[in-house]
Amino acid sequence: MAIGGVSLATIATFAGFGVLVGLIFGFFGMGSFLVPPILLVMGYDSTVAVGSGLAFVFGTAVIATLKHRDLDQVHPRLGVVTIVGTTLGIEVGKRGLLALRDAGMAVGVVGGAYVLLLGAVGTLVIRDALSAEGTGEPVGEEDRVTVPEWVSSLAEIDPIAVPADWLGRIVPFDTRISLPGGGSIAVWSLFAITFVTGVPAGLLGIGGGFMRIPALTYLVGVPMSIAVGTNVFALAISGGIGAFSWAQAGGVDLSIVAPLLLGSALGARLGSTITDYVPEGSSRIYFGAMLILSAVAVATKRVGARLDVPWLRLVGIALIVGSALIVSALVLRAAVTSIRDDGRKQAAPSD
Amino acid sequence: MFGISSLSGPLHAATLIGIVLVEALVLHVGYGSVFKVAGDEVISSIEDQ
Repeated sequence: MAIGGVSLATIATFAGFGVLVGLIFGFFGMGSFLVPPILLVMGYDSTVAVGSGLAFVFGTAVIATLKHRDLDQVHPRLGVVTIVGTTLGIEVGKRGLLALRDAGMAVGVVGGAYVLLLGAVGTLVIRDALSAEGTGEPVGEEDRVTVPEWVSSLAEIDPIAVPADWLGRIVPFDTRISLPGGGSIAVWSLFAITFVTGVPAGLLGIGGGFMRIPALTYLVGVPMSIAVGTNVFALAISGGIGAFSWAQAGGVDLSIVAPLLLGSALGARLGSTITDYVPEGSSRIYFGAMLILSAVAVATKRVGARLDVPWLRLVGIALIVGSALIVSALVLRAAVTSIRDDGRKQAAPSD
Repeated sequence: MFGISSLSGPLHAATLIGIVLVEALVLHVGYGSVFKVAGDEVISSIEDQ
């Protein structure tokens, strides 16, 4: 039996894979890199793999944003500046990639930089989470991330106010953005941070959530759940624009996107919901683990491609899916444990 | 698929993205209703374990 020329088995496979990606996406605010490799392995053309992957990211990001908004985890003004800074950074990075390609160095530099960045950011996040006091405890005001002193001083400098007052008057919004939990950051400081994280994203041809979320958490000082919510909001906008561009080139196939979205809508809702239950310290450890496992997977795949060993490339892709499965299971387990603990606390007689 | 292949360039692209957006919104509302009906029961059953 088939629907719209697509067999039920294919639809079920896509929907099942969609649940997995949606869960990762809803919880971590990233995961778009999981889709194109799978579509390529299934024999789809690279234009369709990338274009349909992006259209799927757009749909999933819309759903995740709506759910995070319900949980008050989307900061629209932070998101708008993030979109502008990231988009410009990606454009600069893209030009760098083209220059590297012209010089015949793109494959080596991009592959190496991707693995190094994934591994380094993952290691830093895990190290910080393990060294932080109170790991595993539910997040409270006292567990909020500490903004490094140099970043605080950067945020205190409002470049708009420095050159001339007239510049401040023509800017149609306040020059500072209030941060959740107190404090504020100058718009231009936030712009600079998101621009800098956008450049490697453009250079590597990826969404860049794995750099943007730690940057928003550690450099700007927002809780990780809000960094994730704001990141998926930014992805919904940029993913929509990117998907439109790929759709014009014939890269969006609805017979792929529709069933993937059927599953990811469920996964994204589940992933977004459990961000409220998993303690922030644990979330950071899982986020770091996901990055390190992805670094190993990407390295394996790249080595396979470089040495032209097809099975090594398949091992790399299996590692990508496998790491997503393992981390999803750990996250779900952490959420169940947290809910059980809440239940025990409520059931315990008060003193 | 979906009878939109006769549309041209940007209109075709906009229709495709529109379909994805509508599907996302419908699924958000649909799964939202399911979570609203069954969510509390699932949480309670996990708490009771």
